Amino acid sequence: MTAIPPTSPLPIDNSCRLPLFTLFGGAAVWLALSSGFGLIATLKFHAPAMFANCASLSYGRAFPAWSHLLVYGFCLPAGLGVGLWLLARLGRVELAQPWLIAVGAKLWHLGVLVGLIGILAGQSTGFEWFELPRAAAVILFLAFLLITMWGFVTYTRRTQASLYPSQWFVLAALLWFPWIFSTATLLLQIFPVRGLVQASVAWWFSGNLINVWLTLAGLASTFYVLPKLTGRPLQSHYLALFAFWTLMLFGTWTGIPAHAALPAWMPTLSGAARVLMLIPALTVGASVILTCRGVKTPCAGGPLCYTKFGAACLVLASVLLAISACPQVSRITDYTWFDHGQNTLRIYGFFAMTMFGAIYHIVPHLVGPDRVCPRWMRINFWFVMPGTLLLALPLVLGGVAQGLKLVDASVPFVAVAKSTLMALRISTLGETMLALGNLIFLFNIVGAIVSYYCSVGKAAYTEATALEPARVKA
Amino acid sequence: MKSSALVFLAAFIALSASWGGFVLAPQLQLGRAAQVKTVPAQDNYPVARPGLAAQGAEVYRSLGCVYCHSQSVGQDGVNCEIVLTDAGTNGAATLAVLGKLNAALARADTLTGLPKVLMSVADMNAADPILKALGSAGAKAQVVVSALGPDIARGWGRRRSVAQDYLYDSPVQPGTRRVGPDLANVGVRQPDVNWQFRHLYAPTSLVPGSTMPPYPFLFAERKLKPGQPPSPNAIPLTAAGVFFDVSKDTGPADRELVPTDEARSLVAYLVSLRAEATLFESPFTAPAAPPPPATNAPAK
Repeated sequence: MTAIPPTSPLPIDNSCRLPLFTLFGGAAVWLALSSGFGLIATLKFHAPAMFANCASLSYGRAFPAWSHLLVYGFCLPAGLGVGLWLLARLGRVELAQPWLIAVGAKLWHLGVLVGLIGILAGQSTGFEWFELPRAAAVILFLAFLLITMWGFVTYTRRTQASLYPSQWFVLAALLWFPWIFSTATLLLQIFPVRGLVQASVAWWFSGNLINVWLTLAGLASTFYVLPKLTGRPLQSHYLALFAFWTLMLFGTWTGIPAHAALPAWMPTLSGAARVLMLIPALTVGASVILTCRGVKTPCAGGPLCYTKFGAACLVLASVLLAISACPQVSRITDYTWFDHGQNTLRIYGFFAMTMFGAIYHIVPHLVGPDRVCPRWMRINFWFVMPGTLLLALPLVLGGVAQGLKLVDASVPFVAVAKSTLMALRISTLGETMLALGNLIFLFNIVGAIVSYYCSVGKAAYTEATALEPARVKA
Repeated sequence: MKSSALVFLAAFIALSASWGGFVLAPQLQLGRAAQVKTVPAQDNYPVARPGLAAQGAEVYRSLGCVYCHSQSVGQDGVNCEIVLTDAGTNGAATLAVLGKLNAALARADTLTGLPKVLMSVADMNAADPILKALGSAGAKAQVVVSALGPDIARGWGRRRSVAQDYLYDSPVQPGTRRVGPDLANVGVRQPDVNWQFRHLYAPTSLVPGSTMPPYPFLFAERKLKPGQPPSPNAIPLTAAGVFFDVSKDTGPADRELVPTDEARSLVAYLVSLRAEATLFESPFTAPAAPPPPATNAPAK
């Protein structure tokens, strides 16, 4: 820790380099791998007998492997990395203990790997979005605490007293995850509660993870990256504050599906909260539009594009969530692909896109300006953007069509199942584009990191082997 | 917002509220639920699954069946019907009572061809005075309660699923997607173990058009020696590799598929799935519908 607080961004970026490389690099690897499992899962709707002899690649294991790697492999490390960088940058302070954070990040990736092996070996817990076996859950929890602890220390050492909205969102996210994750681990795996209470805890957890944590971490990035790239101040802090409060107050109640066989007040309350989630989403939409209004900055597939598209997807996903909360609609969309489409739109369309934007904004600060090829960054956008829409929208529309047939008992079930195949097969196309886009992302990020270390190594080598100037003179 | 204390307070209030609502409250409301008696039979419900089926629940979890199959039947409401079972000796008095309820019923042919559905009423409270009035006229009537809704009409269950159904399950797997049919009552619909084995091995051979993947890794294929009888529970195959059909195929079976321990326990679990006890909170009196021929078969 230097005696004089650093005001120039250079020492801050230096302190962030190692932990962020570890978090982002691992996230990029898991994301690409998750797409692979996603493809295997979706191909089962083209050829159900594919890989039929391999239990690990059966649909019921490839699908949770996909969601596990997507959420725990990519979303959380990416969100943590961006959050740490925001805490350091906005607090104008070097990141505390970057080495320990990097160790925490490695530990996190180890936990993800243990979880993946567990799921493929059939040790999944059976709760959606919380499939990781107990050992992996404990590792992830410790790793998160290790990373978060130094995040908080960085925050308390800040030299900038006033808080920027992004900092609220990061802090809330850092508090949120250990709470929900420890509750789920304790009450579902270590001391399992009885009967349907398990389902309630699992739904509470997944609602908080997908609808609140991802939104908190994503908006922290949106509210920072957008003003940075447009060169306009955030419009406005009050809108951000309103979105912050309403997101936490309503979002945390959204988990219970309408059909749950729980006491009726629970799905009803959840449905009301899902409708009320429109308020923070529309507030964010308004804030983004007002901040970007009249800006001449070209978009063309850069970080600004990613961030704006992410915000649009958040609004769209929240509108879908609100619509599907109405009893007349949920009667049709429950048990269909609709919810999965909505979740995909939220995770890929909003969160992953916002993270791509933030990472493409941050990484050049860490590796130097010319190491991320802008052309490949744009190509990445033109793969993942249409890929996301092609993946999510067919599921949403196909889900409605499926639901209309499902509530009509005169339609045989086989016909209902077959009617969804077209939508699922179109979404395979989206999954393929996403897989290619995620590979490009991996290539861009790992390429930038490798090229940075190569140049550092070359410089060190040149320095070590150079003749001392004094001796040359002599 | 300049103070970090406010940020933490906001997050703490929001999250602790929902924790109290969706974690603590259901634990207080349902966490101490115990076995109950069914009405009116007074049987214990639910009962723990037998050992093999309990192991099968682990296979069900491990193979991720929950991503395609729900175990949660919904219902839209109930239909209460008053059925006249005995017109009594004083037909005129019975008709007089019926005429007060509905003028169209006060005809002599109402009392013939019993038992006969007289009318539908909203609930048991509405039915009670009618039953009393008919009883005082010497007639006998009863109320038939049946659940309504697409899931019921598909034959997926006779009533909605309630918390009591999941009491002894861990993990509970109510599911959120119906890529395949609901399995809450698959043991009622298809209790035939051999059908379940064949269906797991080759779903489309039993349910044409099924989108379910086959699970051949749950079976070990063995060549049968001439004259050797197939193993218990094994599926005999012909030389062409299709199911051996006793009524059509002549001569001995060529090979057999022996279900692994996983398959046997999974099927034991599937046929143990029967959530149709009549409970106080979900009563019904309708007679059981005859089981449809196949899991995926359309509702009649």
